Amino acid sequence: MSAGLVHRYIPNTAPGVREQMLAEIGVGSVDEIYEEIPAELRFAGRLDLQQEPRSEADVAREITAILGKNRTTDDLLSFLGAGCWPHYAPALVAEVMGRSEFLTAYGGIEVNDHGRFLAVFEYQSMMGDLLEMDVVAAAVYDGTTASGDAIHMASRITGRKELVLPRLMDPDRLSALLNYNGPWFTPVFVEFDPATGLMDLADLTAKLSDRTAAVYLENPTYLGTVETQAAEISRIAHAAGALLIAHVNPASLGVLAPPGQYDADIACGDGQPLGLPISCGGARLGVLACKNEVRFVHTLPMTMVGILPTTVPGERAYTWHALFDRIFYGEREAARSFSGTSSFLNAIGAGVYMALLGPSGMVDLGTANMQKAAYAARRIGGLQGVKAPVFAGPHFNEFVVDFSGTGKSAAEVNAALLERGILGGKDVTKEFPALGAAALYCVTENHTQSEIDRLVDAIGEVTR
Amino acid sequence: MTTIDPKSPAAEGAPADRYLEYSAIDTGYRAVRWHEKTLYEQSRPGSTNAILPAVEKGIVDAVGDVVAALPAAARRARPPEMPELSEPEILRHYIRCSQMTYGYDSGNSMGLGTCTMKYSPRINEQLAALPEVKALHPLQPEETIQGILEIMYGMRNWLCELAGMDEVTFQPRGGGHGAFTDACMIRAYHHARGEDFRDEIITCAVSHPCNPATASAAGFKVISLYPDEVTGELGIDALRAAISDRTAGIMMTAPYDTGVFDSQIAEYARLVHEAGGVVSLDQANFNGVMTRMRAGDLGADMVHFNLHKTFSTPHGSYGPGAGAVAVKKAFRDFLPVPVVEFDGSRYHLNSDLSNSIGKVGTFMGMVPNVVKAYAWVLAMGAEGLREASEWAVINNNYLIKKLLEVRGLDISWPNRRKLQEARFSLAKLHDETGVGTLDFNYRLADFGVQTYFESHVPRIVPEPVTPEPTESISKEDVDQFVAAFHHISAEAYSNPEIVLTAPHRSIVHREIHDYENLTQVPFTWRVWKRTHPDG
Ligand SMILES: Cc1ncc(COP(=O)(O)O)c(C=O)c1O
Repeated sequence: MSAGLVHRYIPNTAPGVREQMLAEIGVGSVDEIYEEIPAELRFAGRLDLQQEPRSEADVAREITAILGKNRTTDDLLSFLGAGCWPHYAPALVAEVMGRSEFLTAYGGIEVNDHGRFLAVFEYQSMMGDLLEMDVVAAAVYDGTTASGDAIHMASRITGRKELVLPRLMDPDRLSALLNYNGPWFTPVFVEFDPATGLMDLADLTAKLSDRTAAVYLENPTYLGTVETQAAEISRIAHAAGALLIAHVNPASLGVLAPPGQYDADIACGDGQPLGLPISCGGARLGVLACKNEVRFVHTLPMTMVGILPTTVPGERAYTWHALFDRIFYGEREAARSFSGTSSFLNAIGAGVYMALLGPSGMVDLGTANMQKAAYAARRIGGLQGVKAPVFAGPHFNEFVVDFSGTGKSAAEVNAALLERGILGGKDVTKEFPALGAAALYCVTENHTQSEIDRLVDAIGEVTR
Repeated sequence: MTTIDPKSPAAEGAPADRYLEYSAIDTGYRAVRWHEKTLYEQSRPGSTNAILPAVEKGIVDAVGDVVAALPAAARRARPPEMPELSEPEILRHYIRCSQMTYGYDSGNSMGLGTCTMKYSPRINEQLAALPEVKALHPLQPEETIQGILEIMYGMRNWLCELAGMDEVTFQPRGGGHGAFTDACMIRAYHHARGEDFRDEIITCAVSHPCNPATASAAGFKVISLYPDEVTGELGIDALRAAISDRTAGIMMTAPYDTGVFDSQIAEYARLVHEAGGVVSLDQANFNGVMTRMRAGDLGADMVHFNLHKTFSTPHGSYGPGAGAVAVKKAFRDFLPVPVVEFDGSRYHLNSDLSNSIGKVGTFMGMVPNVVKAYAWVLAMGAEGLREASEWAVINNNYLIKKLLEVRGLDISWPNRRKLQEARFSLAKLHDETGVGTLDFNYRLADFGVQTYFESHVPRIVPEPVTPEPTESISKEDVDQFVAAFHHISAEAYSNPEIVLTAPHRSIVHREIHDYENLTQVPFTWRVWKRTHPDG
């Protein structure tokens, strides 16, 4: 049988090749090979799919037309963040990530993928410098699964069954963690100080015991405040024999205390703000790091690129093969993880970003985010009936706005802003009813003063 | 381990591989081999790049030095010790790194079996990089992302058709995450029926490691069955013996990583259902059977695909990939949220499923990869998908025919025809020459051909070799791969030293594992610097 179809992605569909190869195999048609699938299981129907292949031009036209129905944050002035942050993406990041070799490599070994491993090692190294942590994994899916991996590590290391978490957390992240870590842990929630949104330390102390495997903190918190008590939380956790897991935003670490500075045992976070586009939430980079002690490194369930010697003295091999078997490929039924293919390309991109900014650029990045968010919060908070920021104390690049005093709901404000070409902050009314008509606004280095002023004017207008 | 004199031509990558020059298989390959230092070693302190916008004076004047106002304990005490280089130097470094990387596009890439290395069309990259994808925020109101939802819904419909299923989620970040999503749904399903006592998942040792691993992560006990020595299948009797009233379900790969399609799979599904369990199929290896079989028709309740394997999205140096899970109606309610719905005129995100497992990752899933996969299916059409699978199977069976002529090489389960890939063994070569599969693979790198995947554990097949010539591979590629195997086998029998000391003209030489524990392996430059003060 010959379908006679010549397809641009399939070199052997050129005429004559099929017959020649089938003859070599010794079968009359490929159907003979498919007899491996029992007849009653073979699909014989017609699929409700477009049948014929399409040309590249037709594919491009059709998809461009569909995508044209979207309204992008290039056209709408957006203040959405909440885990997917709109930062400036330098041209070099896309250039390097678009290099065919990086884009299409996968499972080569040290002798032919030296460059891919070197680039990932450098990502790990720069991330280690930012975090002040000695061991960094190559990449995990996203910040949430990185938190899950960190929690599993703590469970394995301590053998304890309780995990202490802040009450004030992204409910979506919490849901994912309960899926991932649920079978191994009882979550114990620490209440937050209603004035600051930070962990209530008295409650934290009360909830710690010899059952506590780890205290998990987020810095900045989900609602944007800087967890200024991290060092104190670390001390309290360690005094109870528990580990400290710090989930951080790498973009903040030029200015905020890195996890290593407050003696976190395991650090995690999402590297998307390091020059990766928002891409409808689909460009993620899970960051996972730990201290360089056997109990940590040997339970870290992800690939890591390390330096090993080679058969030539003085030569370095960058390789992911060091104790590969400790991850799920080797552990199989004893494993507690799932990430095989993860996010290396995004790690390489984040590496380019960190290299470009350098230490001073990371300080500038952190400073600009804090300044612009502070400016926006202050100006919005000056509007009649609008409270911003809802929490006292320093914020990184997000803050909560409460519209209760205007008689409008957060959803109403957002709908009215959209009519003015603005995407307001994430409506968190359902997530945290106690906060009132609340929305979470994100302002980064990439918002200009006039854009912020435009937002303030628009909020003023729609809440009047 | 044989050590090589750093000054010898062999260590330098050699102007030529004297063992290879002028042989029929000499591809002319000389690895690009820069003596490229790390960015740290190239760093010139004080270099900066003005990438970010300046903060306006009006803002600075209004808020002052917000960083200095932080409590000291909350402030970074010292600047990060990162490298400092100019933009052109950084680009050059990464260009060199990319030159020292073997991408799918770099050459003959059929070696990496179980990975389904196929061509990733560039038009798909361009489409997914349009602002209409790249500049969308996942929390935008539905009415502003109708285009993306239409594509997700379209891809959902196609996958439902291809899988014989009723609903799809794109939440999983990869194949392993897809299996994990299945495991969570199985757990939730039994919980909803008040049958939490069902705590065992059955799998097979030739199923991908993510099947047992994710079942374990979801809290199940895992029973791993070994394939029958003759058929390569799980076997009805073994399965019956493993089934009990504690059976939560079965999670297995189809076809297996060995290329064997388990012919009794529908019967397993029947038995597991009869015992009250759930059937989850891992069809990351879907590439050889598109339009030929559908998981739903075999009795599976759920199935996952890898968009980065079968559906052409690039492997990205090891991700980001994407997993898609398709389920039968009875499991729709358990899916992670949101699911995309269509009311006849508009698309919606529904996060309100009463038994939903909630979230497994962030936001709407790997949206850019869904766009790429959608573009690929559009370019293929049903006819193209069928053709692609046929070629994956023809290429593989042609490879088998040719490779079995190589001295010292055998195939596992020789009485079975294989679909998309096969697991070969160099055990005989190893016994007769001392050259093992790792040596063989290192030597293969010298030809400028992608190295091969050996095997997952457990290594049921000794000295394993697992290539996978997808439909993107030409007959010439297969012939070249086979010729390299003949050449290396001949070397092994005549002068094994050549193979045992390989590679000879690749980028670096073999790594040596001489550590007692991982704390002795530097995973960051800060550790390297501390432990290697002299560089
Ligand atoms: C059969 C099978 N299942 C699952 C996976 C895991 O996929 P991922 O690496 O995306 O987690 C693979 C990987 O190639 C596979 O071959």
